[in-house]
Amino acid sequence: MVYEENNTEAVEMRHIISILLENEAGALSRVAGLFSARAYNIESLTVAPTDDPSLSRMTLVTTGTDEIVEQVCKQLNKLVDVVKLVNLTDDVHVERELILIKLVAEDERRDEVKRIMDIFHGHVIDMTDTTYTIEVTGDSEKIDAVLKALEHITMLEVVRSGQLGMARGGKGIV
Amino acid sequence: MELTGAEIIIECLKAEDVDYVFGYPGGAVLHIYDAFYQQDDVQHILVRHEQGATHAADGYARSTGKPGVVLVTSGPGATNAVTGIATAYMDSIPMIVITGQVPSHLIGNDAFQEVDSVGITRPIVKHNFLINDVNDIAETFKKAFYVATTGRPGPVVIDIPKDITAEKVEFEYPSEIEMRSYHPASSNDTGQIKQAVELILKAERPMIYSGGGVIIGNGSEQLHTFTRSLGYPITQTLMGLGAFPASDPLSVGMLGMHGTYEANMGMHHCDVLIAIGARFDDRVTGALEKFCPTAKIIHIDVDPASISKNVKVDIAIVGQVTEVLDEINALLSPATDQINKGEIEKWWAQINDWRAQDCLKYDRESEIIKPQFVIEELHKVTNGDAFITSDVGQHQMFAAQYYGFDKPRRWINSGGLGTMGFGLPAALGVKLAHPDKEVACITGESSIQMCIQELSTCKQYDLPVKIINLNNGYMGMVRQWQEFFYEKRYAMSYFDALPDFVALAESYGHVGIKVEKTSDVRAALEEAFKQKDRLVFLDFITDREENVYPMIPAGAGLNEMILV
Repeated sequence: MVYEENNTEAVEMRHIISILLENEAGALSRVAGLFSARAYNIESLTVAPTDDPSLSRMTLVTTGTDEIVEQVCKQLNKLVDVVKLVNLTDDVHVERELILIKLVAEDERRDEVKRIMDIFHGHVIDMTDTTYTIEVTGDSEKIDAVLKALEHITMLEVVRSGQLGMARGGKGIV
Repeated sequence: MELTGAEIIIECLKAEDVDYVFGYPGGAVLHIYDAFYQQDDVQHILVRHEQGATHAADGYARSTGKPGVVLVTSGPGATNAVTGIATAYMDSIPMIVITGQVPSHLIGNDAFQEVDSVGITRPIVKHNFLINDVNDIAETFKKAFYVATTGRPGPVVIDIPKDITAEKVEFEYPSEIEMRSYHPASSNDTGQIKQAVELILKAERPMIYSGGGVIIGNGSEQLHTFTRSLGYPITQTLMGLGAFPASDPLSVGMLGMHGTYEANMGMHHCDVLIAIGARFDDRVTGALEKFCPTAKIIHIDVDPASISKNVKVDIAIVGQVTEVLDEINALLSPATDQINKGEIEKWWAQINDWRAQDCLKYDRESEIIKPQFVIEELHKVTNGDAFITSDVGQHQMFAAQYYGFDKPRRWINSGGLGTMGFGLPAALGVKLAHPDKEVACITGESSIQMCIQELSTCKQYDLPVKIINLNNGYMGMVRQWQEFFYEKRYAMSYFDALPDFVALAESYGHVGIKVEKTSDVRAALEEAFKQKDRLVFLDFITDREENVYPMIPAGAGLNEMILV
């Protein structure tokens, strides 16, 4: 059967969504599967058990128009494993991401990397004669800035954790 | 007393008042089948293909409102059930599908008849479970029935490794279940309801658009009260037919791609649209940017995700259709004098003008059998009170347009997924649930061949359904699209070899009748229904190139119909 393309243009925005879900086999694939089945976009996704080991907390970054993100949230809420969902974008919140970079650090580069780490409040957490492994945390803009500051140095490996998010203020999502 | 996992499954089914399980045995479920053998409380219906089991359970569920239950083995048993699970999912039908799994220690080893049933079915179920521990069986079944039957219903798959069904444990069925992550919508938003009532009373050109949710939510009675107290026109979706009587003058028939002229024109020109348990499916809306351009829209639905999914609505009310309509009716009953009587009269005059187009007219004098005529005659012979199942295609649309359903749960078809092969096994499930009622399957020569093997199941369990085969030699709806949009290049929509359906029915132990003339239609139908205890296969040789009208082509608005 024939379907028409729908080309309505609307503004796409980045949204950060926090999800509390049952810490059960398959719960993650339900979330991931929903995104691929409905052609939604995942930019990053982090998940790990909380202080209550029966629950996992997931932070998911997606982009889309308001209508699409509203649908994303409703569909996620409909998953039987999802206990609670909050779109953090709507409120003031903090975001943190961790980046690990293994880079070539020889001669004067060793001091330069240390100086850059001072500026970004990062650390060197491992080293060899020729390399450093560094860690930096911050919001995604800061992480992007670290990468830019180091771009002239040969990087052997880069790993980013994806965003973690939490609303500011006294209320929790539990 | 300790019971095996298999015996516990039977006890769970008994506790849930399950009377029939539709299934097919295999290695991974042999313990369960052995437990079935040793009891008489739950009857097992042996189908001929797992797809048939799911559709039969689906037909049972749609006609009764109770969940249908399916039992299949691992691997191919589970994959064969997939089409039927997806069919139930798309139409929000409560169903429990128990799939056997290879023994726990073999999971992930590419064992014989192993598939990841939970993974395969994940996108087409409301929820699914893999049971890892015999101690979890009872609670899992309780959860499964709860999830499948509450809120917006749907199929739930329970995957059970073979070894778990052999282990023993004390059985105790939980009387209640609390799930922190699942809270089906129940609370009504009183503020929204008040706003809706105000808007409804102010309407000058209202249209009630009611869908399958009213039938699934058992809201028919409330819908009658609502519609009749207002005297507003009502159109129903393919899935909603029967929730409000087609014979009532307030009914303007079905809407959408093959809806009536008056329903679609009414939708296009209305100023207040009241959507109840309907989901603005693309086959209903046509081009979204042209949909109901002048209407304020009220949407009542149990599923928050259905609200503003395709069409942005002005007032959304999430809740059970019965509760929401009860509340609305209570507010309306003292206020009906506020209805814009003058404007509503003008609106009806306009609708009756559209009605006068008689968009469902066809050549009633034709000596070649018209499919529409067969449906109209079927209505007469069954007093409009039969359970009608259908397959998918032109015959399905003719059935929806011409049978005139007056009661809910009488019209049983695959609306969302559009599954050919649904009709016969569904009819089998309906007949088991309603042995004293007439059950007819309206089908075509292409659809019926997709699950024809279930004729054998009907014989085994003496299920005398009537099969109305509208045989035009083509995949009619595919051919119609090829005629309209592909300059009559009938690619692969014609079978060069068809079976002799009369002989086929007879070989399965049934009665077959071939009907080739319009003048013989009535007598053949009467003969078929006279044979109370026999399945009768009526093979109607119909007009080869009859089309379903009206039709809204893809990309068009509801006011841009192709009429006869």
